[in-house]
Amino acid sequence: MHELPVTESILNIILKHAEKNQVSRVVSVTLHIGELSDLENQWVQHYFDYLSKDTPAAGAVLKIERIPITLKCRNCQHTIKIRKEEMGTLSCPECGTEGDFSLVSGREYYIKEMEAM
Amino acid sequence: MDEIKLIEVKEDILSDNDEAARKLRDKLRRDRCFAINLMSSPGAGKTSLLLQTIAALKDEFKIGVIEADIDSMVDAEKIRETGVTAVQLRTGGFCHLDAAMVKTGLEGLGSESFDLVFIENVGNLVCPAEFDTGAIKNAMILSVPEGDDKPLKYPLMFTRADVLLVNKIDMMELSDFDPAALKQRVENLNPGMPTFEISAKTGRGMAPWTDWIRREIKDFA
Repeated sequence: MHELPVTESILNIILKHAEKNQVSRVVSVTLHIGELSDLENQWVQHYFDYLSKDTPAAGAVLKIERIPITLKCRNCQHTIKIRKEEMGTLSCPECGTEGDFSLVSGREYYIKEMEAM
Repeated sequence: MDEIKLIEVKEDILSDNDEAARKLRDKLRRDRCFAINLMSSPGAGKTSLLLQTIAALKDEFKIGVIEADIDSMVDAEKIRETGVTAVQLRTGGFCHLDAAMVKTGLEGLGSESFDLVFIENVGNLVCPAEFDTGAIKNAMILSVPEGDDKPLKYPLMFTRADVLLVNKIDMMELSDFDPAALKQRVENLNPGMPTFEISAKTGRGMAPWTDWIRREIKDFA
């Protein structure tokens, strides 16, 4: 729902790196987005195409890698990967403790790398 | 043709906002201004809750309110009638508040002259969860008619909140809302989060919530 400000932020960061590395065209950008985010890939690319017109990032492909939701049991330290729909419904498969987890990953909003020339 | 270079970026997308929020929190601490970010769906009762909370606390604290619900002066007017200072942010259809917008609102109020500021975020359970506003604490309001399954649909919001208010408990008999199911779902997402059942309409259950604010302000100062 807030793809526009997020996309603006992505563009600003990669333009900064493009300038620093003295490249004239960005070919692709690899993002790490946590599964907990409601960001829609298709809309991020759509806004990106719109915002990046007339910049060195025009035409760049966004490669979005989704980072799974990982929980760690606070009782036995066992970690599990789950789907978003399973949040709030689980007990630890290892020790049976009901719903006492900390979130290890799933909230990421991260630019890993970009390809440019 | 030029060779394609791989450039490591390794930056958080929201780092600008996170940094702005961190600075804002530092300023609020220096000003001893306890700011609470109120988040909920539209119609969950943010404004009614605010009116009740202000009535209970306005003799003890200097209270300010930042209103962000979409381009309507109605909420700010209602708040001003209680005698506290309110500023309306023109969010122009934005789906959330970010730290820069809250900073503008706090400057409009003058955060140094308030003990307690409520930031009424845009009614939405998705976007406000992703943007740190710089507030000291995040409060979430869930109303009974929305159902006890909201933690399953909007888990991020429930992990971000520091306190949960279950509003409109006067409507409990009319619905199939299961408080025990909600409690378990919330506990799974955010173990130990204080939860208060209230009715902002009748005033039922308001005291534990306002006591929570008093304690938090005391610990903060």
